[in-house]
Amino acid sequence: MHEMSLTESVVEIALEEMRKAGASRVTRIVLDVGRLSAVVPEAMEFCFAAVSSGTAAEGAELKIERVAGAGWCLDCAKTVALDERFGACPECGGYKVQMTQGDEMKIREMEVV
Amino acid sequence: MCSVCGCGQASVADEPHVHDHGDGRGPHSHADDHGHVHTHEHDHDHGAEPHSHAHDHTHDHDHDHAHDHNPDHAHAHGADHDHTHGEHVHDYSAGEARVHVAGLSQERIVKIERDILSKNDGHARDNRRAFAARGVFALNLVSSPGSGKTTLLAKTIEKLRGREEVAVIEGDQQTSNDAERIRAAGAPAIQINTGKGCHLDAHMVGHAFESLRPRPGSVLFIENVGNLVCPAAFDLGEAKRVVVLSVTEGEDKPVKYPDMFASADLMLLNKSDLLPYVDFDVGKCLAYALRINPRLQTLVVSARTGEGLDAFVAWIEAHARQQPLAARG
Repeated sequence: MHEMSLTESVVEIALEEMRKAGASRVTRIVLDVGRLSAVVPEAMEFCFAAVSSGTAAEGAELKIERVAGAGWCLDCAKTVALDERFGACPECGGYKVQMTQGDEMKIREMEVV
Repeated sequence: MCSVCGCGQASVADEPHVHDHGDGRGPHSHADDHGHVHTHEHDHDHGAEPHSHAHDHTHDHDHDHAHDHNPDHAHAHGADHDHTHGEHVHDYSAGEARVHVAGLSQERIVKIERDILSKNDGHARDNRRAFAARGVFALNLVSSPGSGKTTLLAKTIEKLRGREEVAVIEGDQQTSNDAERIRAAGAPAIQINTGKGCHLDAHMVGHAFESLRPRPGSVLFIENVGNLVCPAAFDLGEAKRVVVLSVTEGEDKPVKYPDMFASADLMLLNKSDLLPYVDFDVGKCLAYALRINPRLQTLVVSARTGEGLDAFVAWIEAHARQQPLAARG
């Protein structure tokens, strides 16, 4: 359940950015979480309620945007869709695929008041 | 309350109320919440394209001055008046209710674009600097529980005795058993109990390093919590990551838990003395591991018989020598 500490980081960063913006409450947080990243969104949502409780982010909406996986297949010499990390190229079946997208875990933006 | 100057809604006598803030917004009238009808002259200069509109109008003064100055310019204050505007833009940053009230700031969006792991990565950078400053070569040992990491470490420490200074940070959810085993093997060790935590993070390691204060030039082993999933994402500031897999586990672990093997520099295939008794295909395992991480180096070892340990020690010494030499003795 490393989602717990990842979620703690989310809340910590959000509160830090909220103070920087001179605001007093966080009402919405938007994350970009890649489909190939090490995050289970449901687990993160579950953790968020617990971690944000009692902070200025309590009750905020957590929006998790999924980012599709993609990689560069060396043999096909093109970008292909990837369903799993280190998975095979869907076109040639080979494993010489360099992941190019889908492992992001990022706080994109948030709404504050 | 006035959205420009913040003056209150105190009673405004029934007479024209015009004030100018000198900020280019021009004179404007105020809402006074006293629900009566009065006539006033309301003439304002928008400063943009010259235009003027003097309009006498009758309206209810209960409108909190909610001018919606969006391009389509719909006035929301039930007044009988019309006026034509030239092209100009008023930015009253219309909010959800199309109302702007000073002192009650609106929801606003803050762009962040920060990696969720950026906190940990920041601590990891600090650790890396602290290690370099003391010429410490740090290894992060990861594996599933029961792969024989601690035994392997104790044997390695014995091999390094008299050759390298060694210090150990032990991570476990509970107990200091492992730190005691390492101390018995002759190295200073500090135990981190993560409690409910499933991995070490860079912040914990930074504190442990400060308390442990290894001698300059030491090899620092950080034995992570036994877990093939969670520790993968957390950089501790180590120079190299070593994943230990034992032959009593499945040979397909590298493809089942790819993140860990992808992030490792060296894989130790431990308990090789048990190979005759288990159905473990070393070749297949290495092929899986290299599929995930073509740069992965591998060694087959046995903490019990000592097989491969000299090679591991040689690997450690070769890489330790690539550390900044300033602080090494």
